[in-house]
Amino acid sequence: MMIKLETKSLREAYGQCLVELGKRNKNVVVLEADLGKSTRTVLFKEAFPDRFFEMGIAEQNMASTATGFALAGKIPFYNSFAVFASGRAFDQIRNSICIPKLKVRIGGSSCGLSDFGDGKTHQSVEDIAILRAIPNMTVLSPADAVETVMMMEEMLDVDGPVYIRINRNDLPIVTPENEPYGIGKIWELRKGNDVAVFATGYMVKKALDAAEELSREGIEVRVLNVSTIKPLDAKAVVSHAKGVKAIVTVEEHSVIGGLGSAITEALRKEAHPPIEFIGIQDKFGTSAKGYEELLEAYGLTSKAIADTVRSLVGS
Amino acid sequence: MEAEKVVELKKVALKLRSNVLEMVGVGKAGHLGGSSSLAEITAVLYFHKMRLNPKDPKDPKRDRFLLSKGHAVLIQYAALAELGYFPREELKKVKTLEGLLQGHPDMKTPGIEAVTGSLGQGLSIANGMALALRLEKNPARVYVIMGDGELSEGQLWEAAMASANFKVDNLVGIVDYNKIQATGPIKEVFDTGDIPAKWKAFGWHVIEIDGHDIPQIAGALDEAETVKGKPTVIIAHTVKGKGFSFAENSAAYHNAALTEELFKQAQEELRKQGELL
Repeated sequence: MMIKLETKSLREAYGQCLVELGKRNKNVVVLEADLGKSTRTVLFKEAFPDRFFEMGIAEQNMASTATGFALAGKIPFYNSFAVFASGRAFDQIRNSICIPKLKVRIGGSSCGLSDFGDGKTHQSVEDIAILRAIPNMTVLSPADAVETVMMMEEMLDVDGPVYIRINRNDLPIVTPENEPYGIGKIWELRKGNDVAVFATGYMVKKALDAAEELSREGIEVRVLNVSTIKPLDAKAVVSHAKGVKAIVTVEEHSVIGGLGSAITEALRKEAHPPIEFIGIQDKFGTSAKGYEELLEAYGLTSKAIADTVRSLVGS
Repeated sequence: MEAEKVVELKKVALKLRSNVLEMVGVGKAGHLGGSSSLAEITAVLYFHKMRLNPKDPKDPKRDRFLLSKGHAVLIQYAALAELGYFPREELKKVKTLEGLLQGHPDMKTPGIEAVTGSLGQGLSIANGMALALRLEKNPARVYVIMGDGELSEGQLWEAAMASANFKVDNLVGIVDYNKIQATGPIKEVFDTGDIPAKWKAFGWHVIEIDGHDIPQIAGALDEAETVKGKPTVIIAHTVKGKGFSFAENSAAYHNAALTEELFKQAQEELRKQGELL
């Protein structure tokens, strides 16, 4: 591990890793749009004030300024909430960053519904879909703080632009710390031959919890952490789809264009069992007092996953 | 600037217009108007002011030329071809599947510094480059050319604030102020108001010049180098379609193709302009 991890917060881990990357490589620069206390880029600001650029509340300019840094040989990380980092600057990402395949890193913080209080304007339900559609883009969605660190460890080596989706809240650790890691792989976190559940982000933990519950009923669920959504390890998807009775995808994102779509695209030339998508059903988010309460309101719970699996296997 | 040098640069500008005309061809590719308004500015930058290394287009010491108004890329191709960044033959294949030269700036072309064309982004990109050069203590300078119609893009003003906020003085903005946008005169289509006053209010050092006057262009670029602690913008009053009588001050040739008759007329007009030099 590149840092001694003493937190379950993905954004804290992200911020600490930025500092470590700054130590390792003097070309790392960080750009922020006045959310540094939340995205935790303040840690980089404290460590490397000369390489931290507060861009004000102007995400489009921030994205294109990052472009300029990359064109001059720097490795810029630009940061905002996921909804703004992706949507507000979509055209800049597409044209100036992705066409020339520049080494720009985009930190999409407070992703999905994780900024529960701020509501629909600040929650990202379509960031994976829109960025996945752009050629040359890599889309990452770590499940916990450990995986965030492992991804950051490799972040400087990835060719071309990278978007990393960072949850706002402390999350239980599901990623084994001592296994060799690699961006681009699908991680089998639980074995099982009845149903394959492909999940991403916090939903991996929900899938693991559902699997425990189902195991007590004699249904064995294979839980797969798809933390690299693009480029997707399509071979692994095909291989995991073989022999199971059903496939379920789970994401804290719209069911249109996200993980479910990506998995189905990978399986389109293969005979495969029925697939069900668990995600946000073509709706915007909303404000809530707590994160779990909000996830429940949108059907993003271990119970919802377990019920879906049961219905698919006919029990 | 010596009279001899002025004549030499005038000849370069004429050659660039001629290259643009060659690319526009008969019914092949448009954007004559906004390319030819930049001929003198491009000539002074590429053939007088900028430190270049055509043999190594990525030489870290090079000055950077960015066309935020990417649709005028024909004028940049015209210069790059003359300087040997790519074979002249490519000009004949512009905007074709077989050719290297895209309809808007693309980094596969040697000498092109950024992907631009989606308007309003060039100044932000230039800021990033300039800040990176400053971190490296690299004395290279960044020149970014914006269209006047493009000034209605909000991002450009975000970037203008950022340049002033970061006291970026190794960057020069140039506004090709030809007063005509794609569908008509700016005053009529979308009035962007008092352009020099806006830049001043955004914290820039503003120089206004005749953008076809070579000594004025060179003088403004020299002055910009002496301004420290704030960015400089050159508001270059220009004529859209300059050098082609039928296209001057007209929105019609923003992106129109030429008939064979107009193409011949344009060649003849450039030939006559050459005789006067």
